[in-house]
Amino acid sequence: MDWLNAGVQGVLLGGQYALLACGLSLIFGVMRIVNLAHGVLAVLAAYLSLVLVQQGLPLSLAMVVVVPVFAALGYAVQRGLFNPALAQVRGRTSGELAPLLVSFGVAVALTNLLQEVFSADTRRIPTGGLASAGLPLGELSIGVLPLITLVVATAVIAGVQLFLARTATGRAMRAVADDAGAAAMTGVDPKHMYAVATALAFATLALAGVFVGMSTQFSPGYGDLVLLFAFEAVIIGGLGSLWGTLAGGVVLGLAQTIGAQIDPQSGVLAGHLVFLAVLVVRPGGLLPRSVQA
Amino acid sequence: MSGPDVTRGSRGSLIGGGALLLVVALLAAVVPYVVTLGALPSLVMLFALVILGTTWNLLAGYGGMVSVGQQAYVGVGGYALIQLADAVGAPPWAAVLAAGLIGGLIAVPTSYLVFRLAGGYFAIGTWVVAEVFRLVTMQADGLGGGSGLSLTAFRGTDRVERVAFVYWFALALMVAVVLGTYLLMRSRVGLGLTAIRDDRVAASSLGVAVDRGRRLVYVAGSAGAALAGALIALNTLGVTPGSIYSVNWTAAMIFIAVVGGLGTIEGPLVGAILYWVLQQTLAPLGTWYLVVLGAVAVAVVLLAPRGLWGLLAGRFQLFPTTYRAHPVVVSGTVAPQPGR
Repeated sequence: MDWLNAGVQGVLLGGQYALLACGLSLIFGVMRIVNLAHGVLAVLAAYLSLVLVQQGLPLSLAMVVVVPVFAALGYAVQRGLFNPALAQVRGRTSGELAPLLVSFGVAVALTNLLQEVFSADTRRIPTGGLASAGLPLGELSIGVLPLITLVVATAVIAGVQLFLARTATGRAMRAVADDAGAAAMTGVDPKHMYAVATALAFATLALAGVFVGMSTQFSPGYGDLVLLFAFEAVIIGGLGSLWGTLAGGVVLGLAQTIGAQIDPQSGVLAGHLVFLAVLVVRPGGLLPRSVQA
Repeated sequence: MSGPDVTRGSRGSLIGGGALLLVVALLAAVVPYVVTLGALPSLVMLFALVILGTTWNLLAGYGGMVSVGQQAYVGVGGYALIQLADAVGAPPWAAVLAAGLIGGLIAVPTSYLVFRLAGGYFAIGTWVVAEVFRLVTMQADGLGGGSGLSLTAFRGTDRVERVAFVYWFALALMVAVVLGTYLLMRSRVGLGLTAIRDDRVAASSLGVAVDRGRRLVYVAGSAGAALAGALIALNTLGVTPGSIYSVNWTAAMIFIAVVGGLGTIEGPLVGAILYWVLQQTLAPLGTWYLVVLGAVAVAVVLLAPRGLWGLLAGRFQLFPTTYRAHPVVVSGTVAPQPGR
């Protein structure tokens, strides 16, 4: 029974990781940037909604504020920091290092800024009992919040997939990802497209950050773990595949809960080891490139 | 007619090298007798930072690999030192060198794992490996769990004697690491590495053994990080998994190499001094210095990609690694260059 419970909790936890990984996957898919500030930005979104809730705003309304704010932030960060860094890659002044180093600088500065402002104490966004509510299912209890997270993750991934496949902007985005020069010749502005992609990624990341803040105790340093989990979900699932990312998140969640079932201290370690094992056995991931982002 | 005159280095490099030698001589023979005993450990930290920055630069600046997981080897070095000095009973200097060697040895199998990831994914992959090292260390028997280990080998040693030994030893190690890196980059191997960094495919087609070169750099850079970790543990007389495996070590390395100047021997020296000064002056204000460092690193990458050394010195090289061709001058006119 405990094992079945661990399995169910693992799948539900996977929803959170998939939601976190979605933005990382999108930014990499469109412009080959690995955003090392991904984790701390999600934590920033959690702090932002915590502050709004403490000001008396209902949580749902806080989300409605935080998500567009992050989309705007994403557009600005791409225009102001990542696009200039990408220009350096084209200019070959610093190889492929520039975007990576810029995002790492942002991560270090932001993590320590959060630490100065909010201290290193752990916090949690109050949910009014939602985080502890459970649906009885036989002898199991399904957490309501993890279930909502999984549903939201699936909806977000389906939405992004539809956006990329069906809309004109999505098509332009895929064109820019394939060949920015050729796309520019057809009248698409790659810099704008990159910024729209990052805005979308930041919006999903903010949503994920709020869900993390509701379900987990977080601190400024928690962003490091968030980045690693999101990254592991992307790699386990297979690069360039959003549905693979969902599968990767579920595998990672299962590894962590089953690992914790074996030894309560080893949950995170078990997740890392499964990731490394996938790297050895199936470096392309579980569902490699079934859909090009 | 003979071709253009090809030189490496200049009179300036010789003068600069002489000045650097003088600085090292001052650090060895004068500084320890002038400053207070309490100041020497912080100078040891500066030497460790130079080693960290230089070896990370070897990875990123010459190998083109951005690792965010070098704290794995800092931690391995720290723990290996304490185990070798306390449990095995090796003399501290031998324990430090052996800790570096152990770091390098562990990096060999690890490289096969992380080399499956390219570019940015390599960066986070190495970070995951570092986390695995930390978690395994915390759960291993006899390594002190979450509270870490203290170095006891110096018990009974006079404090002045201990601090002086660690200082001179660290200075010698730093000089050896910087000189070793310089000689490596001057060699045929170094030339191949520069080619790999600039264009992996082209280098490969010219017969450079790309994988072997990258692995060599990864192993050497990791051994250097382990050496620095051992020095840090020797200096602070202990390790805790949280601090010795902290990603902030890699943040420091990146700052030092990037702000100083990637792909130069001199850059990490400049970067380490700047990092150290910022840390020393801003440390009372908490972690603000890391906020400043992160912002400065972003600004340098975007505005001055060749780093402070590139800004200050232009093309001047204190440690000449590259060749320069001078056009042949015939009676005041420049002769046509030999055809390509």
